[in-house]
Amino acid sequence: MGASLQTVHRYALAILSHLALVIAWYLFVRLGEVPKFVMPSPYDTVQALLVPNYRWFENIAVTSAEIFGGYILALAIGIAAALLFSWFRWLEMGVMPLLVSLNMIPKVALGPLIIVWFKYGIGPNALMAFAICFFPIVLTTARGLREVEPDLLDLVRTLKGSRWQVFTKIQLPGALPYIFSGMKVAAILAVAGAIVGEFLGSDRGLGYLMLQVQVTLDTAAMFMAVILITLIGMVLYAMVLALERILVVRDARLA
Amino acid sequence: MGEPFIHLARVRKVYRTRGADFLAISEASFDVEPGELVSLVGPSGCGKTTLLKVLAGLHAHDSGELTIGSRAQPFDPSRDIGMVFQQPLLLKWRRVIDNVLLPAEILGLPMNASRSRACDLLALVGLRGSEHKYPYELSGGMQQRAAIARALIHDPKLILMDEPFGALDALTREKMNLELLRIWEEAKKTIIFVTHGITEAVFLGTRVIVLTAGPARMADNFRVELPHPRTLEMKTNELFGEYTRRIYRLLGME
Repeated sequence: MGASLQTVHRYALAILSHLALVIAWYLFVRLGEVPKFVMPSPYDTVQALLVPNYRWFENIAVTSAEIFGGYILALAIGIAAALLFSWFRWLEMGVMPLLVSLNMIPKVALGPLIIVWFKYGIGPNALMAFAICFFPIVLTTARGLREVEPDLLDLVRTLKGSRWQVFTKIQLPGALPYIFSGMKVAAILAVAGAIVGEFLGSDRGLGYLMLQVQVTLDTAAMFMAVILITLIGMVLYAMVLALERILVVRDARLA
Repeated sequence: MGEPFIHLARVRKVYRTRGADFLAISEASFDVEPGELVSLVGPSGCGKTTLLKVLAGLHAHDSGELTIGSRAQPFDPSRDIGMVFQQPLLLKWRRVIDNVLLPAEILGLPMNASRSRACDLLALVGLRGSEHKYPYELSGGMQQRAAIARALIHDPKLILMDEPFGALDALTREKMNLELLRIWEEAKKTIIFVTHGITEAVFLGTRVIVLTAGPARMADNFRVELPHPRTLEMKTNELFGEYTRRIYRLLGME
């Protein structure tokens, strides 16, 4: 009872702070008489949704596909790579330092190359999202898979358990808290990666739309695009959090 | 007596490190009858954990004879060993009963039968009602009870315990000693119990094997002629005192 009341309070405060930001924005534009092309009011921003030319639904779908596509690809390849590292130590010793070096490349700088190699479109932009969120996932997963009690491995070895059993029953569930901490970082990066990809070269998507309306100084549409990009990121992040709640026992979660 | 269940003759184990070879076990020779609870006692570095790992088949020994099992009690190394460590090492994302079932899953035993056996074992170790709790909801002693149930789930003939109560507070430890004796009498298993607690070794063991360090050496091997069931009063008994003094002397503490 007390706990649920506290939860209600927490949500109420969170909603209030968001509302306060919107009101402050409105008052700033209204009282400061800021021109619309510099900063539109919240109302103008929502009005931008009514311009059919902007094809909001299609652009949302394209950007979402890039973000989610790159993210899921990074998750699959990242976990598989980390698994191979934990099975073959020589592979980890050889490839991990290379990955750390590659991670130092500003992924944004790869954009022009990706366009040269793959033209532009959803695929290359998803690739950009992948490139930027692959590293945190593979690094945290490899770390998590390594964190196994040696005695526990001995226990499985006395039962002649297979490596696959060790992975599915002990390593992977044990690594989940680490994987999720990497997934949260990656969720934010994936959004940035996809949008940068769209800025550098694309013919669809919210990032592309922003460049289009920049020319006509439709700042309201730019605001709306930023808000929608943020919302896509929030949906992805919320899905990760929900999945973590389902899969990771409370005591095992990393802060 | 019949055939021994475990037979060691001049078992030797050397760890080869870059600098120098380290003799972990030298000339360990002893027999264990089926159903015995043998205490392996000694200071750190005496090779008792190494010896346990050799018995578990996790390390190979370098020379000497080691056989486990007899005609009456054949031994299958892949399913006749249960292990308990100093830490309970329960998987914190699994409920207690699912932790107990881990060896059954790895061995591919029929799940329904194992599940009801797990419930019986949890009752045996005094955890009835905690089947569906998570490890973090249990105290250290209760977690170790669950670890003992896990070691019994596949009905192994040999239980290897490596200082299982070493991390518990003194009172819980005494209580767990009594519990272990009760479980041992009910489950009728052969148990090898590694400890550095001298009174614990005498109190639990039907036999005590004393190992000394530097150099690693098997210093003594004697039967403990105290009746069963053991009670805490026996610790004040004169015979008990003789046994502990005998070990203290060997470890150079008297």
